[in-house]
Order: sequence, then C-alpha cells, then structure tokens
Amino acid sequence: AGASASAEIKPADVVWEDEIAIPMSLTGVPGDPARGAEVLSKRSLGNCVACHQNSAMPDVAFQGNVGPTFDGVGARWSEAELRGLVANAKRAFPGSMMPVFYNDSPADYIRPGDAYTAKAYNPETFSTLLTAQQIEDVVAYLVTLTEY
Amino acid sequence: VALSGAAHADPHPDAELIIEGELQLTTRAEAPAHLDGALPEIYSGWLFRTDETRSLQMDDFDNPAMLAVEDGADMWETAEGAAEQSCADCHGDASESMKGVRAVMPKVNENGDLWSMEDYVNNCRTERMEADAWGWNSQDMRNMTSFISLQSRGMPVDVAIDGDAAPFWERGKEMYYTRFGQLELSCANCHEDSWGMMIRADHLSQGQINGFPTYRLKNAGMVSVHNRFRGCIRDTRAESFAIGSQEFRELELYVASRGNGLSVEGVSVRQ
Ligand code: HEC
Ligand code: HEC
Ligand code: HEC
Repeated sequence: AGASASAEIKPADVVWEDEIAIPMSLTGVPGDPARGAEVLSKRSLGNCVACHQNSAMPDVAFQGNVGPTFDGVGARWSEAELRGLVANAKRAFPGSMMPVFYNDSPADYIRPGDAYTAKAYNPETFSTLLTAQQIEDVVAYLVTLTEY
Repeated sequence: VALSGAAHADPHPDAELIIEGELQLTTRAEAPAHLDGALPEIYSGWLFRTDETRSLQMDDFDNPAMLAVEDGADMWETAEGAAEQSCADCHGDASESMKGVRAVMPKVNENGDLWSMEDYVNNCRTERMEADAWGWNSQDMRNMTSFISLQSRGMPVDVAIDGDAAPFWERGKEMYYTRFGQLELSCANCHEDSWGMMIRADHLSQGQINGFPTYRLKNAGMVSVHNRFRGCIRDTRAESFAIGSQEFRELELYVASRGNGLSVEGVSVRQ
C-alpha cells in the first residue's frame, strides 16, 4: 500500500484478457525480482514453494510438489498470463488447489478466518493474500525462470 | 490434472507395524465400498512418517503415548464425584469391558444423538459419578481416551454409517469436501487428491484417524481427533469449528468411516 495505493487496481477492477491473463500492471510500478523471490519462498509471504519446486533456489529447504515445478515457467507463460495465474489461478485452472492471491472479498469464501488464528475474519483487516506490488514482484521474478 | 506423475507414489511400500515384535497391525487395507473409488487403497498415517517416528510406535517402552495411557489407567481406578465411584467400579477390567469400544466410535446413542468417546466418558462422569465433566481437550480426557483406545488395539475400525448414523455421516461427508477458508482447501484437496505429495515440509497422508489419540512429537503431547481437525481447518485461513462441536462429531464419523478396515492403533506417534 502506502503512497502508490491510489494508483493500484483493486481486485474487483482488474481487467482480464481471454479470461486468464492480466495485461496491465496492477500498480504501474515495475516489479522487483529480488523481492519477488522472497515472496515466493517465505512462509509468511506467498509461500509458493509449499506447493511448487524451484531449481533456481537450491538453498530454500522443503519445496513441495503439489503443483507443477517453476522450472521454465517464464518460457511457458507470458508476463500477462503469469500475472493472471498469480492473481487468480482458478480462472485458468477451474477448481485448482492453488489459492486466489488477489481477492479481498470475504463473501467469496466459506468461513473465512482471521489469518491463521482459527477465528472469524475481521472486516476491518481482511485483505488479499498478496498486495498488488507483491504480485508485480513475483511476476517479475517468474519471467526470469526460462530454464528447464 | 497434468501433474499426477510423481503423485501417490510414496507411503512406505513395505513397512510393517508390529508392536513389541508380537501384535501386527493393519496399516494397508482395501478401500471401503462407500468411498466409490476415491482412494485405491487405504493407508494409516504411520506409513507416511519417517523411519525414526515409525519405530517409536513399535515399542511400548519408547512410545511416549504410553505415559498418557498409564495416567488414564490410574484414573480408571480413581473414585471421583459425589457418588464416590470409579470407572472400574462399574466397568471392571477395561481390557474386557472397553475392548472394541474405540473401533465403533463415534456412534449414535440411545437418544439418537451422535456421540464421540468423550461424550460417553463425560456422561458417566456427570450422570453416574456425579463428578464434573472434563474439558474435551483436557489432559485427563486425553489420558482416559488413550487408555480406552488401547483396549481396542489391533481391532479393525468399523464405524456404522447406515441407519440412524446415515444423516450424520452425510453431513460429515459434505464437510470433508467443503473448501474452507481464504485458501479454499477441503480435507479432500490435501488428503484425497494430494496424499503422498509434499506440502512444504509435510508429507501428506490420507488423514486417517485410526491412530488417535496420537502423540505428536511437534506438540510433545497427546492430540485428540477434534484438535487435529481444528488445526487442519485453521491452516486454510478459515474460522474453525469448536472442539467438541456437533460439526466435528459428524466429520469424525465420516473420517473414521474412510478408515474402516485399518487397525485401531490404540495410541500412535506422529511427527
Ligand atoms: C496449495 C497449493 C499451491 C500454492 C500455495 C501455490 N500454487 Fe501455484 N499451482 C498449484 C497447482 C496445483 C497448479 C496447477 C494448476 C492446476 O492444475 O490446478 C499451480 C499452477 C501455477 C502456475 C502455472 C504453472 C505452469 O507451469 O503451468 C503458476 C505460474 C503458479 N502456480 C504460481 C504460483 C505462485 C507464484 C504462488 C505463490 C504466490 C503459488 N503458485 C502458490 C498449487 C499451488
Ligand atoms: C492444507 C492442507 C490440509 C488440509 C486442507 C487438511 N489437512 Fe489434515 N493434515 C495436513 C498435514 C500437512 C498433516 C500432517 C501430515 C499428515 O499426516 O498428512 C495433516 C494431518 C491430518 C491428520 C492426522 C493423520 C495421522 O495419521 O496422524 C488428520 C486426521 C487430518 N489431517 C484430517 C484432516 C481433515 C478432516 C481435514 C478437513 C477438515 C484436513 N485434514 C484438512 C494438511 C491438511
Ligand atoms: C455408576 C456406574 C458407572 C460409572 C462409575 C462409570 N460408568 Fe461408564 N457406563 C456405565 C453404563 C451403565 C454405561 C452404558 C452401558 C454400557 O455401554 O456399558 C456406560 C457406558 C460407558 C461407555 C460407552 C461404552 C459403549 O460401548 O458404548 C464408556 C466409554 C464409558 N462408560 C466410560 C466410563 C469411564 C471412562 C468412566 C470413569 C471416568 C465411567 N464410564 C464410569 C456405567 C458407569
């Protein structure tokens, strides 16, 4: 959030292309791949490696295999498609196990909680799993993963 | 789904759970018919653990859950409450009177309510012993359910799902497939679609409850079925249900039925 908050595209205002891709940056601020790598690997942030293996991060322990490997993901998908996948992979893959990272509407969930407290959500603080800028950062990192 | 290549490969292929070199427990069994092919075979969570964790459960001296069993055994003999009676005063030798009880829990009681073991224990405490009810997740309750469960060790899980139990079972089944929380994950997403896979450091099992109560090394203590359910739902960023709630009794019945045919492990060890 912060200074760029007003320029952000809110989840409800995202414009989709072919139902699965988001051509426009969510913030207008270029993503930072180094920060994206951190979001990808940290438990407290995206924790993407809980489900995805990524050979480019050999030092990150315990990479999961519920989803496909990230190896070559930047060659398989365009930047716009990657933005769409990270924001809401259920558009490209209906019924996917992958969580929706960019939706701030509690009404779309069954018994949404207050993070990992097991308590009911707080309408004041309920938010997207990742911020718009974190998604831009992750996408900036994913496009670099062109090696299989 | 295009990613099933490495999937479902690895519960331990041939480990056998033999207690004290004598009692062989069933950790792999034919999937019950009511699963309609959702699982090719059913596996105890024991098969998904490390060699070290598995071996802890094979020796009662090493098995830390046996301490809870011992405390439960003491409590069995202890008179409490205004009626000044102990469990043993009415039920005698638990190895006879409580044999098989765990294998059929939860079950419908004579009033038509679905009761878990904890409900039966508390009913005896309040109605018969005139003592205070134990908290569902209290240490006393976990010790007692551990002691009672051990009396069924090696017997096949065999909960009833028809007749009076059917409506409870149906609701439990619906819960099992409901995608709770902001992560929108159901029990089935993790334990039916993804068992054998790694989710970060965790090797996903089929989420069976034949081993409960279980000693979790991570918690350094006994974990009840409902506490485990609460934790798994919490991890979907959901508002969980309360331990001891009607919802969790129903889910318990349904999850237990997915393990019909596996041995009651009495008290198990998990990571
Ligand atoms: C709970 C599991 C889970 C988590 C967490 C998760 N994903 Fe996924 N992801 C999947 C699955 C499963 C698929 C495959 C799509 C399908 O068939 O459902 C997938 C697919 C993808 C794809 C398309 C991959 C390809 O090559 O086809 C991308 C890109 C992706 N995820 C990125 C991410 C990012 C970035 C994060 C974290 C911000 C993340 N995922 C977190 C499960 C997950
Ligand atoms: C996000 C993934 C996830 C979801 C969703 C989930 N679980 Fe789990 N569950 C785990 C993990 C990880 C473990 C620990 C490793 C294992 O035994 O599978 C576990 C363990 C268990 C165990 C202990 C198994 C044993 O042998 O000790 C049970 C029982 C269980 N889960 C039931 C459930 C039920 C019922 C639900 C739905 C209410 C559920 N889980 C939802 C991830 C999940
Ligand atoms: C005054 C007698 C009395 C005392 C004391 C008593 N019970 Fe019971 N208990 C019964 C009766 C009667 C039943 C119902 C009939 C039956 O199933 O044996 C019962 C049922 C049960 C059941 C259900 C058994 C089944 O198969 O459905 C459990 C479990 C149980 N008692 C545990 C305990 C425990 C643990 C204690 C002590 C904390 C205890 N009881 C104390 C009389 C008693």
